[in-house]
Amino acid sequence: MNNLDKNNNISSISSPSGGLGEAGYIDLYTQHHETIKKHSADVLNLSRDGSFEKFRQLGFPTSRLENYKYTDLRDALAVDYGLNFSRIRFAVDPYNVFKCDVPGISSYLYFVVNDAFYPVNIERNNSLPEGVIIGSLKKAAEEHPELVKKYFGKLSEKQKDGLVAFNGAFAQDGFFMYVPKNVVLDKPVQLINIMRSSVDFMANSHNLIILDEGAGAQLLVCDHTSDDVRFLCNRVTEVFVGENASYEHYKLENVHNKTTNLCTLLVDQDTSSRFLGNVITLHNGLTRNNIEIDLDGEHCETLMCGMALADKNQQIDNFTSVIHNKPNSHSTELFKYVLDDSAKGGFTGKLYVAKDAQKTQAYQTNRNILLKASAKMRTKPQLEIYADDVKCSHGATIGQLDDKAMFYMRQRGIPESEARLLLMYAFTADVIENIRIDALQDRIKMLVEKRLRGELSKCEGCVICK
Amino acid sequence: MLQIKNLHANVNGKEILKGLNLTVNAGEIHAIMGPNGAGKSTLASVLTGNPAFEVTEGKVIFEGNDLFELNPEQRASAGIFLSFQYPVEIPGVSMVNFMRAAINEQRKYRGQEPIAATDFLRLMREKKELVEMDNKLTNRSVNEGFSGGEKKRNEIFQMAMLEPKLAILDETDSGLDIDALRIVANGVNKLKRPDNASIVITHYQRLLDYIIPDFVHVLYDGKIVKTGDKNLALELEEKGYDWLK
Repeated sequence: MNNLDKNNNISSISSPSGGLGEAGYIDLYTQHHETIKKHSADVLNLSRDGSFEKFRQLGFPTSRLENYKYTDLRDALAVDYGLNFSRIRFAVDPYNVFKCDVPGISSYLYFVVNDAFYPVNIERNNSLPEGVIIGSLKKAAEEHPELVKKYFGKLSEKQKDGLVAFNGAFAQDGFFMYVPKNVVLDKPVQLINIMRSSVDFMANSHNLIILDEGAGAQLLVCDHTSDDVRFLCNRVTEVFVGENASYEHYKLENVHNKTTNLCTLLVDQDTSSRFLGNVITLHNGLTRNNIEIDLDGEHCETLMCGMALADKNQQIDNFTSVIHNKPNSHSTELFKYVLDDSAKGGFTGKLYVAKDAQKTQAYQTNRNILLKASAKMRTKPQLEIYADDVKCSHGATIGQLDDKAMFYMRQRGIPESEARLLLMYAFTADVIENIRIDALQDRIKMLVEKRLRGELSKCEGCVICK
Repeated sequence: MLQIKNLHANVNGKEILKGLNLTVNAGEIHAIMGPNGAGKSTLASVLTGNPAFEVTEGKVIFEGNDLFELNPEQRASAGIFLSFQYPVEIPGVSMVNFMRAAINEQRKYRGQEPIAATDFLRLMREKKELVEMDNKLTNRSVNEGFSGGEKKRNEIFQMAMLEPKLAILDETDSGLDIDALRIVANGVNKLKRPDNASIVITHYQRLLDYIIPDFVHVLYDGKIVKTGDKNLALELEEKGYDWLK
């Protein structure tokens, strides 16, 4: 037991004493599973024990596993984190949270604090089109059990990953979005994840996003940390993009360097659907993104982008899988990293083309710049193609800034430091161009520039993201 | 304006310039001709501070200051401009941002305020007309996807924008068709003033039909072996370089 927040007199935080690894968390679940279930919803509890059993078998992933060889989670998992099974409300001043808003972006705005949906009455959220449901996953599971039951866990339970199984056992709530048939949201939806605690803290949340046939939505997820403690976030997001639906998922990570951010994004695309993902790591500690996109219909379009700017001892590993199960779909992956100091990057691009997924077009690019010899990048394309009439390509490069371009710019009077900055900025430009919300694109451009200048790139004027 | 005395320079440990002397005064156009490997481009690189080249001996005074005390960006801001033989493509950096950064950095070096947005746009428009440059090109990334001729035109456009004291044109005529050559040469001539100077490096006499030099120097094996007026270029065209050995 760990006293979480003395000022708020919160004491019902459970923690596996001493960070005992799997065994500690197995004990914790065995002792507290009733509490965990009591503070979640029936539909979300259906597979909880099953997930726990799976975690018991799999354990936490170690770097001995092929899929985790670029990420060593031992240190992050050895921390004695508090967990909040009784769903104590954490004090956050919404007024301060509002400042995290992207200026000029008109959005539907929601918050998840640690791993609980945080209800704030925001007037502009009242204008949602009819039939759209956005809010707490727990609440949605209580109010629309059939809808949630139809989708919840359908992608995550297929995963053979200890972190996903762990999430299945421990996650009690999260963000839920349902967009009904032929409804296209007029504004982006913005989800702000805030980590807030006075002791080292672990959050497990599950997000569920459903777009019915012909629906359209854009979601911007911002990850922030507020307090100077160690955080571990283990989030699983399931996305169902219905027939002819269109979904854009932007994740902007801007967290402090004591944060371990483990995010699993699972996307299922139906016939003629379109998906754009863009995961941007501006500032972090240790990040692992597991991204799997299943193309389960023909004529799907998939564009998965990402970039990472890392220095000091930051680590970022994007592990992506694109699975073409049906013919005639297009997928493109584009990931770029700029690594300084002793930062470590990893990228894996798995591409699977099933035997009858003919006429598949799949392209993958990962380009990286190492600014110092001490920075490390590991990149691995992994293509498994069983169809014989496909167009697939992959390319990975690791290099330095172009000396010739540097000299060219300096010859025009641009100082070396500024020339480096312009080149780094230019290097990331094509990822930023794949942000289809103008205000967000402008914001990210500004944040990237500030980040590259070495200024702490946080939401300006924001009290929460210190 | 520029005094080069006994300049020796190496690239990759090999001596290329072997005691070069040259004086350029304001208002003059100097042509430097010579066979492949004589050191023409090395001279341009050394004067602009390219870090791939090492100066082993000699002195260069520009506007009364020791040039080797200045880094490349300071030399640029002091007024030395190089029209590159092979202009570099910089994907992702727009021409507009590149020019604005260059102008403002040079202004900063000289203690001036950044250029006002409207002045900058007007300047861009004027100078584009001077080299008959397509609007589309300035909206693109620096040199990206430009044809050979467009790249060279872009060099002269940048020169017009930056108004250097000393412009070094390194093989600006190579890869240009006759129309493009005329436009480029015309741009250079219009930019000529009594207080600036140019060094025109070229293989062929052709460019000098359009840009009339005050002096023609022959660079051979790292030294200037002969200096004359524009008629020397014609003589070289006819006889080649062998007679100078």
